[in-house]
Amino acid sequence: MEMAAARPARLMRERDVSILMPDPDQAVLARRAGIAAALRAIVPGEGVIDDPDALRPYESDGLTAYRQPPMLVVLPETVEQVSAVLRWCHAEGVKVVPRGSGTSLSGGALPLADAVLLGMGKFKRVLAIDYDDRVAVVQPGVTNLAITQAVEARGFYYAPDPSSQIACSIGGNVAENSGGVHCLKYGLTTNNVLGVELVLMDGEIVRLGGRQLDPCGLDLLGVIVGSEGLLGVVTEVTVRILPKPESARAVLLGFPDPESAGACVAQVIAEGIIPAGMEMMDRTAIHAAEAFVNVGYPLDVGALLIVEVDGPAAECDYLIEEIARIAGANGAVTSRISTDEHERMAFWAGRKAAFPAVGRISPDYYCMDGTIPRRRLPEVLRRMEQLSADYGLGVANVFHAGDGNLHPLILYDANKPGELDRAEAFGNDILRLCVEVGGVLTGEHGVGIEKRDLMPVMFSEADLQQQQRVKCAFDPKLLLNPGKVFPTLHRCAELGRMHVHAGQVPFPELPRF
Amino acid sequence: MDTIVPESAQDLCDAVADALRERTRLEIRGGGSKAAIGAPRDARIVSMAALTGVVDYDPAELVLTVRAGTPLAEVEALVAGEQQMLAFEPFDHGPLFGAPAGAATIGGVVAAGVAGSRRVTAGSARDHLLGFTAVSGRGETFVAGARVVKNVTGYDLPKLMAGSWGRIGAMTELTLKVLPRPRMAVTLAIEGLDCRAAHAAMARALGSHADVSAAAHVPQGPDRARAITLFRLAGFPPSVEARATVLPVLLADHGAVRRLDTAEAEALWHSAGTGAGLTGAVLWRLHLPPAAAPGAVAALEPLGARWSLDWGGGLVWLALDDETPAAAAQVRAAAMAAGGEATLVRARASLRAVVPAQHPRAPLVAALEERVRRAFDPAGLFETGRFGG
Repeated sequence: MEMAAARPARLMRERDVSILMPDPDQAVLARRAGIAAALRAIVPGEGVIDDPDALRPYESDGLTAYRQPPMLVVLPETVEQVSAVLRWCHAEGVKVVPRGSGTSLSGGALPLADAVLLGMGKFKRVLAIDYDDRVAVVQPGVTNLAITQAVEARGFYYAPDPSSQIACSIGGNVAENSGGVHCLKYGLTTNNVLGVELVLMDGEIVRLGGRQLDPCGLDLLGVIVGSEGLLGVVTEVTVRILPKPESARAVLLGFPDPESAGACVAQVIAEGIIPAGMEMMDRTAIHAAEAFVNVGYPLDVGALLIVEVDGPAAECDYLIEEIARIAGANGAVTSRISTDEHERMAFWAGRKAAFPAVGRISPDYYCMDGTIPRRRLPEVLRRMEQLSADYGLGVANVFHAGDGNLHPLILYDANKPGELDRAEAFGNDILRLCVEVGGVLTGEHGVGIEKRDLMPVMFSEADLQQQQRVKCAFDPKLLLNPGKVFPTLHRCAELGRMHVHAGQVPFPELPRF
Repeated sequence: MDTIVPESAQDLCDAVADALRERTRLEIRGGGSKAAIGAPRDARIVSMAALTGVVDYDPAELVLTVRAGTPLAEVEALVAGEQQMLAFEPFDHGPLFGAPAGAATIGGVVAAGVAGSRRVTAGSARDHLLGFTAVSGRGETFVAGARVVKNVTGYDLPKLMAGSWGRIGAMTELTLKVLPRPRMAVTLAIEGLDCRAAHAAMARALGSHADVSAAAHVPQGPDRARAITLFRLAGFPPSVEARATVLPVLLADHGAVRRLDTAEAEALWHSAGTGAGLTGAVLWRLHLPPAAAPGAVAALEPLGARWSLDWGGGLVWLALDDETPAAAAQVRAAAMAAGGEATLVRARASLRAVVPAQHPRAPLVAALEERVRRAFDPAGLFETGRFGG
């Protein structure tokens, strides 16, 4: 995941969020004062916010284009409070939007006008660390980086590293199945979480998974991770911690064009190497980054690769030479192997600054997040160039090259009439292109509201209805984070309908919902 | 009851529609290598045997799409030919039930969540199933996930499907992440450790920089008195050799470390990973927090239990001669007390009729799981009674 641009897109805040969302329930809005009082009885003191000015900080998440103050904010401190809040809202038909640190880039935590925003920021404790079993049990408001900080003195770390890791919470990581630059080797959040405590919309508290691997029964934990806050509210997370790799080395490789860089990536993997990180930047991104941080990126190349390996020193020394050899065979014109930590960090400095760097060459940018089969990269880049010309907007590409996760940054100026609309249309075309070549709408940022209406590009109505039936199993009244992920809201009763032949219901003894 | 053999996804949809009309329950079957797991039942068998073959395999993409009925052995040979592997190290259950190996299918091992010794570091079937096409209990074809290695679009239904034992649908096609096969693997071993000492050594190794990919402990020999604790190092030769030098130093407090020859190592890993080394009428798998394994084993030894550890202690294979429900209850109680779960793998039919194969879930979780199953199978078509409910 990438951090959003620091500066909000100015004109985008004038977008009318109401067209995206179900009509606010006027009956609920009319009860606002009573709802606040009822929630204060559950979370006393300053745990309920209803002052309009105080609601302002919650009006958007990392997708700053869209803003909507919530009806109320509740900041519970205990699982009992979370349960009581949800039970009350469930009984009263009040919608709830959960929120971690609010760094989602897809609008997953965007408030609704008629919903309670449930902020989990007070759940900040590390509850247990077990180095023998290599697990940590933490509350959902603990930041991603804080988990690593809690265990690093003993030589351990938490592997997924979204670039917002200093701010994003583990609860939000669970909701979004967050990735990071190291996920080709170490997996996404889902591969590093062993268990959760979860509160369902009706207030029931369940524990899914635990400290053991592969529990019996359906992998409900697996579907909770990445469910974008639509299925339940996580109140505790058990994660795997790993021994921190002994060493890491990186190589900076310049290629005449993205095609040869892509061929190098393919050959590295074909030769059996899974690097810890493998990042590609195109010419626009290279120039922007170098102008910003001045770390010595070559400016006469068409594509730059940063490849990092980690592990025992003997392994890193061997693999980094192998990668340099493969790069040479694929036409690399620049090849610099890091000789110390300072140099390795310098290689990364430009990549990590790529987004703010692009922010310096364009008044605004819009970050996309599709994944493609890597072999289709040359074609996708070529067609993206054509789209860029058609829309009259520039694009810079940074790319998690190992796993095919593209982050095109569309350059536009929100002050110019029509550019924002063109940028969004361009972005949608890029995502359609990703799906067309066999890829997906989102590799790590989530669907949220941003890609919600593109879901039919990737899934048939039957596919989407099947996913929504899972939603109905957890939240049949559709009160939790409604309006996200699914372009069409179907009532659960409608989705549950079966064709009944000759008036006979099969297996009448089975319970149904 | 009868067996049907669909030759296409459409045939499968028709079979589900027929079953709904005829009020017949369906059991989705790959090669049948695990058919003796779960309660005896009487259901129409839907054999996936005709839905075979590779749909797409591009080694450089690390992605394989294959039809569900393709034999596991064929899939493993295919990826081995490209110097790759299924990272979760699935195995064939046939020999555990006295049948020859070779029947297991890729759909079957994924649907059963079968993972071998590498699971502790490389993940399970659930971690490597990227996408699927399936037919639901509504008789509808649907897809979930995708054919790329990194994807968060929509709910992660592949997680639900892996390990679902055919209870939410019949997969027709699976897309799996594959990984490079390590160029070299070395097994180091310490002999003579008891269960507690073995766990401590494995925890030390798995928490170290030696990058151990698997750790197991196998009591063997007469009276199983001669125990051996195994550590697998895999990767590129310079790395493996370096780590094979480091690990004995790290484990010096735990015992003398020796390097096994390949044949001896493979036999021991087969035993540790698949439970094949244990004889007994009743065979259990206990999934536990690893540190709790020695306590659970100690609690069950008075029953005459033979056991071995894999996953650094997170998996206990445990065999008993005692075929009574009372002994089964003691196994379940010991697993619970250890903070884990017990799965009944092998037992005579009469025991399987009264002791559920899967560890019972907490009531609220069981109710939630049932609602999720009904989301895919509203009529309970796939509820054959094999796993209760």
